[in-house]
Amino acid sequence: MTPDVPPLLDEMTEQARHYLATHGIQSPIVVGIHSGGVWIAEHLRERLGVQRPLGRLDISFYRDDFSRIGMHPQVRPSELPEDLDGEHVLLVDDVLYTGRTIRAALNELFDYGRPASVTLAVLVERDGRELPIEAAIVGAHMELGKGEQIKLRGPEPLHLVRATVEPEDDTDT
Amino acid sequence: MNETSTPSAPPMASRLPQPGPLPHRLQLTDDGQLRHMLTIEGLNRELLTEILDTAESFANMNEKAVKKVPLLRGKTIVNLFFEASTRTRTTFELAAKRLSADVLNINIDTSSATKGESLLDTLRNLEAMHVDMFVVRHAESGAAHFIARHVAPGISVLNAGDGRHAHPTQALLDMFTIRRHKGDFTRLKVAIVGDILHSRVARSQIHALNILQTGEVRVIAPCSLLPADVDQLGVHVYNDLDAGLKDVDVIIMLRLQRERMEHAHLPSEHEYYQLFGLTSRRLQLAHPTCLVMHPGPANRGVEIESAVADGPHSVILEQVTYGISVRMAVMSMVMGAHQS
Repeated sequence: MTPDVPPLLDEMTEQARHYLATHGIQSPIVVGIHSGGVWIAEHLRERLGVQRPLGRLDISFYRDDFSRIGMHPQVRPSELPEDLDGEHVLLVDDVLYTGRTIRAALNELFDYGRPASVTLAVLVERDGRELPIEAAIVGAHMELGKGEQIKLRGPEPLHLVRATVEPEDDTDT
Repeated sequence: MNETSTPSAPPMASRLPQPGPLPHRLQLTDDGQLRHMLTIEGLNRELLTEILDTAESFANMNEKAVKKVPLLRGKTIVNLFFEASTRTRTTFELAAKRLSADVLNINIDTSSATKGESLLDTLRNLEAMHVDMFVVRHAESGAAHFIARHVAPGISVLNAGDGRHAHPTQALLDMFTIRRHKGDFTRLKVAIVGDILHSRVARSQIHALNILQTGEVRVIAPCSLLPADVDQLGVHVYNDLDAGLKDVDVIIMLRLQRERMEHAHLPSEHEYYQLFGLTSRRLQLAHPTCLVMHPGPANRGVEIESAVADGPHSVILEQVTYGISVRMAVMSMVMGAHQS
């Protein structure tokens, strides 16, 4: 029912290679979204043989639900080691759900410069989009029942867990 | 602001109650989140650490092309200053602007606050403009508590210095500066030097250092500049600067408040410098990697030698920079606490 992570990483790597080749992107900057996205981004960067250091984004300061749920208790600093002007960014997250996290991540990325392109890669793409955002590189597509949630646990070993959540829980991956 | 209020109202200062035991709890929500920032006293180590960690994330923002986040977009923050300030007010203002809030600066010259408007009238008028936060500086101890007790439920109050009582965000930025350079507090010896008696900064620093379990906190001052209850503050008291500086990891110099001279707390500036001025020679008594801090503005040649204030041990300008990150952290945490 719940897929294993390593085959999904294989799938993502293959798609990413193909994508980068057909779009003529030589040396992307791989950027992961805290915390699951960073784990996936680390694997992807290694498998793609990208030399440039990994970027990490914590989008807490850019969330659109701050006025509802307040400050996230553990905000880690974002690290984007390089100037993004003119760069090709491979943005990585674990689960694409509503699209709000990606919206926030794009806003934050653009506060670091003007990238030439941003490509979204996710381990799992599930139903429930609330914004016009899609991933170009997808490990697995999943249709989940109402109130069902899929989460990445890690970092060692990386594994997906499926759970039923209370309606008021507003996790918005 | 309100011309119709009773002209016979007594000056606001005389009506302010002293901060009692309750304010510690006033600043937290039922589930322990920071709702106002009035005093360091009564906060726990976890919360102080959370503030410093959050400030750390904001400090990294300086690397971005756009030094701004949308966290407090649409919020209005009022800097309500009844007492002059440059550094504190500007860093609060910049912190608010980097969080995308709108900022209103209101400087109320207390001597001219005699149009008859009471502090509560001023508050009610500002509340009617739907503001979200007051940053308050006042010459009277307890002013921020008084305002926090009387504001509408959704509004947060940050104490930017009240009389001799507290200046919590200054203490937090000092802790942030120390932590960035020294890491763990438990092995540190920290000395606070100068006018402890009149210093709200020193009070807040002592509370913060003790809550963070600093190895040893020393205060160094002449007897005339120490509060009577200094023994209850959890510090080691020194009246001799050379003895007190021995092996310390951090030296925090306080501004000598010259206006106090009139009240014969001190003989002369010259004599004070001879006895309590931090000079290059005296700095050698401290640990070789000792930090020199000062909340500003420094009186060069009165409490600190210029060569020390500008020297390699000095982190005085870093304190100013970190003040912005720490104030951003406090502002976003108190605004977040109202949501739940």
